Amino acid sequence: MSEQVPILQVKGLIKKYDDKLVLNKLDLQVDKGKVIAILGPSGCGKSTFLRCLNGLEDVQGGEILFENKSLVGKTTKWRDVRQRIGMVFQSYDLFPNLTVLENILLSPLKVQKRKREEAKKQALELLERVGLADRANDYPRQLSGGQKQRIAIVRALCINPEIMLFDEVTASLDPEMVREVLDVIAQLATQGMTMLIVTHEMNFAKLVADEVIFMDKGSILEQAPVEQFFSNPQTERAQQFLNILQF
Amino acid sequence: MLNSGISVLLEGNNLERLLNGLFVTLYVAFIAAIISIVLGFIIGIIRTSKNKLIQIPFRIYLELFRIIPILVWLFVIYYILPANFGLNLSSEVVALLVFSLWGIAEMSDIVRGAIISLPKHQMESSKALGLSTIQMYGYVLIPQALKRSIPPTINLITRMVKTTALLTMIGVIEVIKVGQQIIEVNNRSYPIVSFWIYGFIFFLYFCICFPLSRFSRKLEKKWAI
Repeated sequence: MSEQVPILQVKGLIKKYDDKLVLNKLDLQVDKGKVIAILGPSGCGKSTFLRCLNGLEDVQGGEILFENKSLVGKTTKWRDVRQRIGMVFQSYDLFPNLTVLENILLSPLKVQKRKREEAKKQALELLERVGLADRANDYPRQLSGGQKQRIAIVRALCINPEIMLFDEVTASLDPEMVREVLDVIAQLATQGMTMLIVTHEMNFAKLVADEVIFMDKGSILEQAPVEQFFSNPQTERAQQFLNILQF
Repeated sequence: MLNSGISVLLEGNNLERLLNGLFVTLYVAFIAAIISIVLGFIIGIIRTSKNKLIQIPFRIYLELFRIIPILVWLFVIYYILPANFGLNLSSEVVALLVFSLWGIAEMSDIVRGAIISLPKHQMESSKALGLSTIQMYGYVLIPQALKRSIPPTINLITRMVKTTALLTMIGVIEVIKVGQQIIEVNNRSYPIVSFWIYGFIFFLYFCICFPLSRFSRKLEKKWAI
């Protein structure tokens, strides 16, 4: 078998807010099926980085290649790209005016124009998998934070993306609910989903990630296989970061 | 004496005339309200645009109606347009025009406020799901904004009903004007008549505005987040 092209390549990515450099020449290669954890102190640009990959932030330089096609430039059809790069956010972002099922089916039916029967079948299967099949007709306000976040994941999965971006999805959850959400993501990892995960849960990163990138002040300081990063971080900043967290 | 005053209400067709006046009041207020709600909604959505060329003209329009009293607008359009532009409008048409322009301006601000007060991540997650701008407004933002707009909209309608009292100044025969006419005729024989007539008008306004205001407060409580 020939060498596979990475599904996502980032080369020299630069993001500025006015004159402030937020992302400084980031390079990253993501192979299909890999899970990458993005770690780093608050404000280091992790979330901004993810948002650039989904077109929620424009970039000021560099290149993003998704399946060898450039995503940088005005001609990018972000609506199409977003159906293939799903994203889940930190805030519970379900639409409160729609039921769980309507939330999940909105994009498959209206954006992807799929048949209702087929999309609904998939939605119910996914709900079953996250243990929430019985909540299909509830409104978001009737659910707990952890349940909402699991539904948000299902909603993103139901458009059949090739990559999933998770932006601190457990950061605003009650500690007791973190587990149920991380379980869902771990399950995805075993199914071979390509994922970029911004997280503060070190043990979780250790468990599901293949690779870690460690960011500080808008740069990638370290990129390493997960065992190597946690057992033997190369940079002083990463050592310091891990020490503080593992007190 | 008090008794003899109240009898004027029932004399001749006075009561019917007052109710007809009330009808004119309600007619102007509600037609203007409907126009305001429809057009104000559309302009409110347009005003959520980040484009300054769109924002600024609508902002100026809104401020003109907030800063300049409605009475002045009525005078300007009723007296100045015919004199200087040869445009003759009946007082009812002027009333509808001014009230609608005012209502559209206020309504657009209610709707704009309701949309931009929605959490930013509602927009971001719509985009992340691949929704187009129109789909995002249609399925996510507007349904949520609608709910938030209803209490202030009812409040606006109440204000419009009350402000119709100014229309007597440009000769619209609405409920207060009718009241004044009745008082003028009967003032000699029953000096207390103005108390009864205005009291009755007070009661009529109350009957219309109070239920509206209660309804709006109820909705506000029900939908408070």
